[in-house]
Amino acid sequence: MSEKVEVTLTVNGRKRSGLAEPRMLLADFLRHELGLRGAHIGCEHGVCGACTILIEGRTARSCLHFAVAVDGAVIDTVEGMAGPDALHPIQEAFHRNHALQCGYCTSGFLLTTLEFLRRNPDPDEGAIRRALTNNLCRCTGYSNIVKAVADAAAAMREAE
Amino acid sequence: MKPAPFAFCAPDDLAGVLDALAEHGEEGRILAGGQSLVPLMNLRLVRPEMLISINRCDDLDYLRLEDRHLVCGARVRQAEAEESELVQRECPLLAMALPHVGGQANRNRGTVCGSLAHGDPLAELAAAALALDGEMRIAAKGGGRTVAAAEFFLDGLSTALRPGEVLQAVAFQRQGATERSAFLEMGNRKHGFAVAAVAVRLGLNEGHCEFARIAMLGAGETARRIGAAEDILAGSRLDEAAIGAAVAAAREAVQPPGDLHADAPFRRHVLATLLGRALEQITGGGAP
Repeated sequence: MSEKVEVTLTVNGRKRSGLAEPRMLLADFLRHELGLRGAHIGCEHGVCGACTILIEGRTARSCLHFAVAVDGAVIDTVEGMAGPDALHPIQEAFHRNHALQCGYCTSGFLLTTLEFLRRNPDPDEGAIRRALTNNLCRCTGYSNIVKAVADAAAAMREAE
Repeated sequence: MKPAPFAFCAPDDLAGVLDALAEHGEEGRILAGGQSLVPLMNLRLVRPEMLISINRCDDLDYLRLEDRHLVCGARVRQAEAEESELVQRECPLLAMALPHVGGQANRNRGTVCGSLAHGDPLAELAAAALALDGEMRIAAKGGGRTVAAAEFFLDGLSTALRPGEVLQAVAFQRQGATERSAFLEMGNRKHGFAVAAVAVRLGLNEGHCEFARIAMLGAGETARRIGAAEDILAGSRLDEAAIGAAVAAAREAVQPPGDLHADAPFRRHVLATLLGRALEQITGGGAP
């Protein structure tokens, strides 16, 4: 029952394989089998958002998926956000606006923001706050995160 | 927490799912989007022996129109339904309810049918299914059956689904051009569970209300319709007196549970207020 099976994912554009018993959470598979520790484990029941990744281009909680159940899927993690020479504009904006202290929740916020700004390139503050409502930060309060998202949106519009 | 060990299979089609369900009986559990089931597994409140994923079943991935229904297959994710023009056009009430379900990341993965089959007493989609006279289309090896939404939700986390069965689709009644609807929810947080919610659907004809569907969350142990209020609105002119009487009847009829998030009298008050607002929203403050 706990026999391990091979799971292959396309992670950040590269095919990656590892072994997982059925109960292995995708978050643990990414961290311990593939060595990608950007998705953080917070609550392990889908509340905090620290383990947010993209599955087929859309945000998902990696603690609410079993690796075996997404075999073959296209996954993006925070490790794939930055280019070879520069951070992603969203990462730059979080840096510029002091939108993190300990950084534990940050990768989840970054990927949530990535999906949000793809659909809403010019959001107002209310829309930003609603979009972030499913991610928890216990350090900064949310003001600087909200500012960073607005700043990132402006930077990305300008770069278009 | 990590889930207890289990065996896993992911058949390619519904027939394979039914075979697996038949083989594993009560030990088999369906995995769709996992947004309700996996938290319970991680907390070890649920420990299935065999998890049967429907995520590879392309034959369950459809949103299509029938004569009187919009039919949603078991693999349709909530976000897909929310973004679907078909849903927005044919079942506006469903489109209004969907944004209240979980957060974006949950809706991206969670399925419409999965939420219904899970039977959470505060599930928005259960209220939508009730108000849209939903038909739950259940498959099992050797023959399926259809259960009306009104007979499907039995108790908290308890539905009419039996071992060996899977909810293969839900059919929502298409809303005609003379229908108006509203979905209002109140919660302690935008993304958290609702304290209370109201789904209203009225059929209008020259200023008269031909029929009314009123479904509520937080009004009992499961999502339920409030027949006493529906009966008052049906046949009325939706004037101030009728709306006032319907709200008063609902206030009497609900049996809200009390918990950490809201006590029973508060829920009762919120439900009556939401119903009044929903009816006002539909009638624009005066008779339509």
